Amino acid sequence: MKVAVQREDFDLGAEVRAISKDSKVGAVASFVGLVRDVRMTLEHYPGMTENAIRGIVDQAASRWQVMDCTVIHRYGELQPNDQIVLVAVASAHRGDAFAACEFIMDYLKTQAPFWKKEHRAGGATWVEAKAADDEAAGRWKK
Amino acid sequence: MCASCRTLSYFGEMRVKVTVLFFAALREQLGRPREELDLPSNINTIGGLRDHLRARGGAWASAFAPNRAVRAAVNQDMAQPAAAIKAGDEVAFFPPVTGG
Repeated sequence: MKVAVQREDFDLGAEVRAISKDSKVGAVASFVGLVRDVRMTLEHYPGMTENAIRGIVDQAASRWQVMDCTVIHRYGELQPNDQIVLVAVASAHRGDAFAACEFIMDYLKTQAPFWKKEHRAGGATWVEAKAADDEAAGRWKK
Repeated sequence: MCASCRTLSYFGEMRVKVTVLFFAALREQLGRPREELDLPSNINTIGGLRDHLRARGGAWASAFAPNRAVRAAVNQDMAQPAAAIKAGDEVAFFPPVTGG
């Protein structure tokens, strides 16, 4: 399991290959989040962020078969189209890989301490949390 | 708990030292990323500390107004208003998170 919170970009192909080496892995599901439209700054809570993500990955591993997992989240200055976040899950079968990947992403959106500030022509504003994100995380409780 | 965190003030009242961190919009609004606080021992929950900070007035009153969504963590774990705080703890206040 790998959790990284970093300024640097990441290589999806290299990260997927790194968790695909075990011959028992039959499926890798991955998600990449990108910056949409506007330049932004991402702030986080060093220490807590990594712990929160590890906790989310542990929860996923207790619900689905997760043979390996990589989560990378960037912080700092990001431009439109930049990669922000990667979640990749390796499992024997696709059902577990898809579900764990989506669960980790939904929980990360509501539990990991990151904050986005958007820089537009009119000035900089902090992004407001969305009720839809809470609902997406909440549906896994059913 | 560190031995020096719990101290007696001049008047013999128990005081509790905690570190409080502020992030994102709260950090900007309050003009500081962190503060070392020496709290009266009756302020021993997240909710109590929030009320204590709100009572400073000005930017603090609006940042911690009852209708403002403010999240908290104790020692880097998400915490509810009833969560206990004790000497040596790292407490953080921040807006609802918006990563991903």
